Amino acid sequence: MHLAYPAVLAALLFCTGLYGVLARRNAILVLMSVELMLNAVNLNLVAFDVWLRDALHAGQALTLFTIAIAAAEIGIGLAIVLMVYRNRGTSDVDRLRDTAEGHEPAANNQSEVTA
Amino acid sequence: MSTTTLAVLVPLLPFLGAVAGLLLGRTAPGFVRPLAILPTLAAAVLAVVVAVRQGGGPAISTATELTPTGSVPIDLSLYIDGFAALVAVLVGVVATCVQVYSTAYLREDPRYPSYAALVSLFTSAMLLVVYSGDLMVLLVGWEIMGICSYFLVGHYWETEAARSASLKAFLVTKLGDVPFLIGLFALAADAGSFQITKILGTVAAGGLDHPTLIALLLLAGVAGKSAQFPLHTWLPDAMAGPTPVSALIHAATMVAAGVYFIARLLPVFAASSAALVVMAVMAAVTMVGSGLAAIAQDDIKRVLAYSTVGQLGYMVGALAVGDRGAAVFHLLSHGAFKALLFLGAGVIIHAAGTNSLGAMSRMGGLAKRIPDAFWTMTIALLALAAVPPFAGFFSKEAVLVAAEHTATGHSEFAPSAAGWLVLVAGLLTALLTAAYATRLWLMAFRGRGAAAPDHGKEPLAMTGVLWLLAIPSVGFGLAAGPIAGWFDGGELTPTLVTSVLGTGAAAIGAMLTYALWQRASAKAALVSAAGTRVAAAAGEPAAVAAAESAAEAPEVAEVTHDHPAVPAGPAADPGKAFLGPLHRHAADGFHLDAVYDRLFVRPVRAAASLVRFLDREVVDTYVRGAGTGTQLLGSLVRRAQTGNVQSYLSALLAGAVVLAIATAVLANVNAGS
Amino acid sequence: MSPAATLAAAATTGPGFLSPTGVEIAFVLVGLATLGAALVTVTTKQLVHAALWLVVALGGIAVEYLLLTAEFIAWVQVLIYLGSVVVLLLFGLMLTKAPIGRSPDADSGNRWIALGVAVVAAASLVWVVVDAFRTTWIDLDGPVQGSTKVSGEILFQHWVLPFEALSVLLLAALIGAIVLSRRNDPADASDKGQR
Repeated sequence: MHLAYPAVLAALLFCTGLYGVLARRNAILVLMSVELMLNAVNLNLVAFDVWLRDALHAGQALTLFTIAIAAAEIGIGLAIVLMVYRNRGTSDVDRLRDTAEGHEPAANNQSEVTA
Repeated sequence: MSTTTLAVLVPLLPFLGAVAGLLLGRTAPGFVRPLAILPTLAAAVLAVVVAVRQGGGPAISTATELTPTGSVPIDLSLYIDGFAALVAVLVGVVATCVQVYSTAYLREDPRYPSYAALVSLFTSAMLLVVYSGDLMVLLVGWEIMGICSYFLVGHYWETEAARSASLKAFLVTKLGDVPFLIGLFALAADAGSFQITKILGTVAAGGLDHPTLIALLLLAGVAGKSAQFPLHTWLPDAMAGPTPVSALIHAATMVAAGVYFIARLLPVFAASSAALVVMAVMAAVTMVGSGLAAIAQDDIKRVLAYSTVGQLGYMVGALAVGDRGAAVFHLLSHGAFKALLFLGAGVIIHAAGTNSLGAMSRMGGLAKRIPDAFWTMTIALLALAAVPPFAGFFSKEAVLVAAEHTATGHSEFAPSAAGWLVLVAGLLTALLTAAYATRLWLMAFRGRGAAAPDHGKEPLAMTGVLWLLAIPSVGFGLAAGPIAGWFDGGELTPTLVTSVLGTGAAAIGAMLTYALWQRASAKAALVSAAGTRVAAAAGEPAAVAAAESAAEAPEVAEVTHDHPAVPAGPAADPGKAFLGPLHRHAADGFHLDAVYDRLFVRPVRAAASLVRFLDREVVDTYVRGAGTGTQLLGSLVRRAQTGNVQSYLSALLAGAVVLAIATAVLANVNAGS
Repeated sequence: MSPAATLAAAATTGPGFLSPTGVEIAFVLVGLATLGAALVTVTTKQLVHAALWLVVALGGIAVEYLLLTAEFIAWVQVLIYLGSVVVLLLFGLMLTKAPIGRSPDADSGNRWIALGVAVVAAASLVWVVVDAFRTTWIDLDGPVQGSTKVSGEILFQHWVLPFEALSVLLLAALIGAIVLSRRNDPADASDKGQR
């Protein structure tokens, strides 16, 4: 099989995930897009591992680790999203603008709960 | 010990004394007086021993190179000829006298320890200048003297006058020192060495490329240090310092350094007749001008200060006609009697409670209160006025003889114009000198009026020193014969023509002053009598004069170290009549300070305000512009700070993509080429 | 742009792109399906549908792993991603009260910038990858590379230490997630009544 097939597929999947991360409003959908990007990387790792016939199978081992880390990441990420939602009443990424220039943190806390 | 070792010890001992005095001054006040007197005394004794061993024979010259310093080597070297040996003796003796005198004079001064240490350092620096055979090492001593004079003149720094006087002394001498330094470098560059012997060798071989330039540059430094016109203005103001310091500066150290320096390097100056003429003009202007100014001064110390300037004019005049023997001879005798005059003036000021001659002239019996000061001052004034058997007569005659010698064309290098100039100015100054010496004596000791206040007997440390210094003031002239052998060998004994002329001029000056004084005091008595009667018959001017004299009376309260105004009215001052319309200008030092103010101070101030304007309005605009520009840019950038993480990330990734593409394209282009 | 067309145009040497093997055909087909599912995932207006399309995309990737003979990883993918991650995401959606049905504001205003960045990145990546690997051939025959046996051997022979470190990481993530999602103040929560 040509290496180009999995490599191009991985690149496209990665950019799809990239679009999702940048364009989605809901934090959970952002996390889904992150998963897509991670999977694109995994695909690359496996394809190159198979091509190189590595004696240690470093690519496959790393893929397994990535999957495990992705699981951990999704757990922590969701916990954070939940907490944000609980505090702010929203999980929209573009509404969390406390670091904006000229922002008054004390006044904003209450007003955004209602949203 | 070898003569060289002794000679090294001479400047070293006062230096160590100064260091020890500065270190121990606070912790062990008991050691301060011994530490001040003993090293200086030891240095004086050693200087005498060195002089005896040298004995006017060939110069002792040794040199050690401490470290290589590049193109022109700087050596630690000694060069002791007859000049150096004798001047060192003078410095040692005068410094010892001053130190002893100061123990009494500044008995209650809280800053005496630092004062004594600085005087020791001053002495050490002067001795270094005298003995050094290397111009760079000489310069070190020269500059140490400058800074010491700054500190000592500003000893009473609580008063405004002392502060500004010390600053003026420092700045004016520095003004001369800058060209001096450049001149030294030029000289060393031409001669290829800083060592005096080598420089003199080069000069003798005619190896000097720019003699006039070098001589004029060096002359500027000498004019600053030796208080010659037009850089003399610091010296009268330096009277704000304690009187012993004035004695030290005027008699032995600071001002003598310039004359001594020219004497040492006279061949360099003699190589350029233009420099000699400039020197002669400078000396003549200085002599006559300072003589006139001295007559008009009211402050006794300022009279003496202008007298010093005039006597230095004599020395420089002698150098201008190429006779360094006469110059140094006058330097030595002047050192003795001028030290005596200043120390005596200190006693008078102590006793009278004022600096003002006008106030003293209204005080009776001052001579009886302080008989030691009276007699020694009389001797010193006679010496100053060059009355025959006293020291001043012989040394001044030596100068006049040298000038006459040159004027009649008998000198091998000095132009005869310089000789005439110095001779005429010298004779005129002899008259003026006698006049102000007589005036000083009459006004200080022949005052009429209320008896002087009784301050008790002056301490032995003060009067003893006066008598000690009186000996050379009387007898040093007799050394004219033997001492000539120590110098270049030229005759120092007076000739008939010049003695008659000089003494005649002095006699005329003295008589004239006495006659005018008689008239002035008679008038003063009349006016004061009229003042007491409060009669309208006395007329308007008399009443004004009486009022002025009444206003002046409170000055006789305590020793003040600033300068009281020139007195008017019934003070029997022969100077006024003597000078006539010139008096006002002479009292102000011929407005030279005002001229300097116009020429330098105001332009500098104007330039400073211009710079301030440029700085505030032009430079600051750029600075503020830099600030405002950044602020504007910052407020623009602030708007990008939306708080939206996604837009940040978009920008970040877009940048990364651009960079990645650029890298890929570049890699391809490079691979393709 | 279609990857197959790009590749077909680029292929000139070696086993040509114009005469694909059966594995390649299967790979490309599954790949197209995966890519489509991924695109729908990031563009759909219905949030829950996005999660379900994610299942399709991840499953497609699992199939790709199988086609690349990495069977153990394929099953791990199915187990962890399809089994747990997607379920977690669905739970998250539900806990944050994600609207069911079409939500018109699923995409933020950043969409067009995101599209630009993504397209440019995709174009450059594809260009670079194709440029670099258009002649590279993976030999899928020969000894088995990704079976459970092989994976287990390499994992517990060469990668034991990172494996164990990973377990610590997972533990830390577990504790972290618990700490983060725990309610600190029950009274505050009942006041809000958001749950």
